[in-house]
Amino acid sequence: MPSALDRELVIQASYLVTAFLFIVGLKRMSSPVSARSGILWAGAGMALATAITFIYPGLSNYPLIIIAIIIGGVIAWVSGRRVAMTDMPQMIALYNGMGGGAAAAIAAVELYRGEHLPLPIAILAVIGGLIGAISFSGSLIAFGKLQGLIKRSFRFGGQQILNMLILLAALILGALLAHGIYSSTGFVTAFFVVALVLGLSMTMPIGGADMPVVISLYNALTGLAVAFEGFVLGNAAMIIAGTVVGSAGTLLTQLMARAMNRSLGNVLFSGFGDTGGAAASGAVTGSMKPIEAADVGVMMAFSQKVIIVPGYGMAVAQAQHKVWELCQLLIDRGVTVRFAIHPVAGRMPGHMNVLLAEAGVPYDLIADLDEINAEFETADVALIIGANDVVNPVARNDKSSPIYGMPILNADKAKNVIVIKRGQGAGFSGIENALFYLDNTRMLYGDGQAAVSQLIQAVKAV
Amino acid sequence: MTGIVALYIFMLAAFTGYEVISRVPVILHTPLMSGSNFVHGIVLVGAMVALGNAQSELEKTIGFIGVLLAAGNAVGGYAVTERMLEMFKSSGSKGGPKKGAH
Repeated sequence: MPSALDRELVIQASYLVTAFLFIVGLKRMSSPVSARSGILWAGAGMALATAITFIYPGLSNYPLIIIAIIIGGVIAWVSGRRVAMTDMPQMIALYNGMGGGAAAAIAAVELYRGEHLPLPIAILAVIGGLIGAISFSGSLIAFGKLQGLIKRSFRFGGQQILNMLILLAALILGALLAHGIYSSTGFVTAFFVVALVLGLSMTMPIGGADMPVVISLYNALTGLAVAFEGFVLGNAAMIIAGTVVGSAGTLLTQLMARAMNRSLGNVLFSGFGDTGGAAASGAVTGSMKPIEAADVGVMMAFSQKVIIVPGYGMAVAQAQHKVWELCQLLIDRGVTVRFAIHPVAGRMPGHMNVLLAEAGVPYDLIADLDEINAEFETADVALIIGANDVVNPVARNDKSSPIYGMPILNADKAKNVIVIKRGQGAGFSGIENALFYLDNTRMLYGDGQAAVSQLIQAVKAV
Repeated sequence: MTGIVALYIFMLAAFTGYEVISRVPVILHTPLMSGSNFVHGIVLVGAMVALGNAQSELEKTIGFIGVLLAAGNAVGGYAVTERMLEMFKSSGSKGGPKKGAH
């Protein structure tokens, strides 16, 4: 049995290795070539840290620890393996909320113990607990909304003032706790209840379309909460990993908000849909011109270059496998095929890439907005399937439109634009799409999957 | 760990996180968010220590919930991130989908 000092050294060294593996893992995850290995590196770090913590000096309650790990781990593993790729955003929200809850639980155990903590430590414990609890209840609401369990966005006048008051109450309770004047069990409980309510009331008014930004924000907040509790426990692995996630998550949140043409303040403090919708834009002139699948098939088969613009509608229709089959036929005929992905094409930035990857589309055929926009002018066909607002040219030129200023894919610049659409209704935001009325646009009406199947037959028949 | 050293760690880790992510392409936003979500699952080690030191029934109960949630964060985060990243393949890669394959 090694001495306590040796043991301490082994534990600290292992945490250091874990921190290194996490950072290398995240670095590798930020490039598509090495991304797969990144999660394996990070996973190895997590396994090492968890295993070594069992020899932490002075611990008891081992059976409870093991049972809790098994229950939590098995449930999460099974659900994580089974969840459909389309439901990924809410699962990330759920797992993130669990992390926030765990950070809050650590703070709660420390505070309930009622021992006098040094002031800086007590402050960090309280702040970490507050952030963790907000992230926990907020993420659960985000999960409920994306899963369709919560359908309404509860908004009322003075909501922001109410939220500010709740925040103020949480801060006052937290300050008294940290100072150590009031440390009774009831007082600690009141603090956490207020913090949980704050997470709820902050997230309730936010609409589903903005949820990805919110989930990303809570992800960063959980990281921060973990770092703060790491300070409390004197655990360097938690400080480093939590802080890295806190800052990386903040940057990622900004990137996402920018990609969606929303500022973070906008997401948190105003509801989308309040300004959008019917307030819309000048009447669109012209008519939608239908086309038959056979004609589209011929057109695409004899094209030099086809750009596919998929939207979430494609994933809802489960058409991505058929789309890739169609693309393979075209590639075999020597047609250059690219996929143009708008940042909000899926349910969160990057989600559409995951859905296409699931169908087998190699990532080097997939281009994001900045890369592809110049290419539309040289494309013979832009095939739009399940996308609407992200290709609406009014975002470029109609100042009265609620989506004015949003970066869009310039599909209207292609020689021919084919839109696969179920019917003639307006898009997700209820805004009429000027693209559908252009002279070079043809509408292919029908269910996404059926329409693409027809296209496959048409190309085969050429 | 003294307070000032902890602050150094905090500052350097914050810059590291920012730098590591700063050039990530949009196509990886979702998996990367999921991956960073997994990384803060390290809260598991803290929750284990908290439960391991818990004395009263109340502390044990909350510590138990903490470990359970943290394990869910770590394991679930790993499961979904690995599943997503496993699918990312280039057209050149061997494991990638062959032309005409279904």
